[in-house]
Amino acid sequence: MENEKNTAVVTVLGKDKVGIIAGISNLLLEYGININDISQTILDDIFTMVMLVDLKDLQIENSDISEKLAKLGEELGVQITIQHTGLFNAMHKI
Amino acid sequence: MINEYEIIETMQMFNKEHLDIRTITMGISLMDCAAATVEESCSRIYDKICRYAGNLVSVGEQISKKYGIPIIHKRISVTPISIVAAACGAKDYTPFAKTLDKAAKTCGVNFVGGFSALVQKGYTNSDKILINSIPEALSTTEFVCSSVNLASTRTGINMDAVRDMGVIIKKTAEASADRNAIGCAKLVVFANAPEDNPFMAGAFLGPGEPECVINVGISGPGVVKHALEGVKGRDLGVVAETIKKAAFKITRVGELVAREASERLGVPFGIIDLSLAPTPAVGDSVARLLEEFGLETCGTWGTTAALAMLNDAVKKGGIMASSYVGGLSGAFIPVSEDEGMIAAARCGELKLEKLEAMTCVCSVGLDMIAIPGDTTAETISGIIADEMALGTFNNKTTAVRLIPVPGKGVGDSVEFGGLLGTAPIMPVNSSSCADFIHRGGRIPAPIHSMRN
Repeated sequence: MENEKNTAVVTVLGKDKVGIIAGISNLLLEYGININDISQTILDDIFTMVMLVDLKDLQIENSDISEKLAKLGEELGVQITIQHTGLFNAMHKI
Repeated sequence: MINEYEIIETMQMFNKEHLDIRTITMGISLMDCAAATVEESCSRIYDKICRYAGNLVSVGEQISKKYGIPIIHKRISVTPISIVAAACGAKDYTPFAKTLDKAAKTCGVNFVGGFSALVQKGYTNSDKILINSIPEALSTTEFVCSSVNLASTRTGINMDAVRDMGVIIKKTAEASADRNAIGCAKLVVFANAPEDNPFMAGAFLGPGEPECVINVGISGPGVVKHALEGVKGRDLGVVAETIKKAAFKITRVGELVAREASERLGVPFGIIDLSLAPTPAVGDSVARLLEEFGLETCGTWGTTAALAMLNDAVKKGGIMASSYVGGLSGAFIPVSEDEGMIAAARCGELKLEKLEAMTCVCSVGLDMIAIPGDTTAETISGIIADEMALGTFNNKTTAVRLIPVPGKGVGDSVEFGGLLGTAPIMPVNSSSCADFIHRGGRIPAPIHSMRN
């Protein structure tokens, strides 16, 4: 929370297709969100892309970024979610 | 940086395995709402609840959005009404239930618990009034839950209250007979009731609790089941280890949500309740999780052993993840709220007697079980007495939430809808225990209650 960096994880799950990264990067640009890291892989036959993004001053809960990403996901036929990094740190780090 | 595998695993827990935070429950003390008249007391209660919990639902939704975690319920628990109402001189406490109902509606929460009395050693005048008000209170309100603590390891069992609650449960069923006796789904009796439980129907804020507090109940039978699917055929040590790891992660999510809710609401964080709480959804069942141990049907031989191990491993994993663990903390086995339990009860493999044995090693008790409408009040009291004995003599919490459905018998089933689910009517041993129940008095506290 307070001592944590304001970063988030954007996850894309589904079938790979042209334009996923472009679509997401454009949307993130509109919100002034910087992409720190991207990786993609195929896990259990599912295309998986994980982006670590820097939210700067943006708060996910006070913005419509999650709805916009979900909508973009629908258009592209994939599932896109954004979650604050605090969740993953809590679950996977001691 | 967090690795990819961990991120994907987390996503799967939410998407496929039904991981969620079951409830954020705000406990609100109503001690300062006692007044000389019902009207004044109710008006203080309404104002105080709305003042403290007005933001509860919106804060819950914000946290849910920030972390992408489903938070299913936002709820309120209050000081037992038998204490708050004692000074008002009323002979019926239904107006208090209606006030709680109205406050719940205003705040947008889906349950408020605390229409309760603590009578493990005996009744106050107010406790008696409260208990007699339960049938009407629960059949004329929507969101109010009621609980009565009948026994504790330190005091023994109040058998007068056990006898009376059999009658009250019957009356509550009759008062809501037009809605499948749903009043009884909101009424639970306890031995060793925890004062910080966030789960309904048994939530109330005990007299030792602070002014206002946030307690969080986690969930996640699906996550544990999925983890066990990865260790099929391995020995039970591996199984225990796997459950602990999954429980650790689930609990950390709960801790994160609790801390954040507490900070945003400006209310201290109380406890995480480490309970595996099922829902009627497929893939969110404790029964199916037990079957993953290698049992054909939940209720067969081995079920109690599997449940004991599950419950213990969940606690061992969870305790490392949060320093403040409390409430009920154990696996729940409510029949109507668990898809696998419903199936096992329907095919006759899961019986009341086996459920009773299972409650010796898990957190709650005979929970959400529909029984024939013609079951006598004494038989219900007998079932309660047995369950209270298990709790009292084994130094643990146990509870009973039975629904004697008027006009229904074995072979029928009742639909409560939503998370309360569907309940096949289960057969009850009908040999009489009436003379035992009518003796009344107190069963003395067990020898091991003397620890000083």
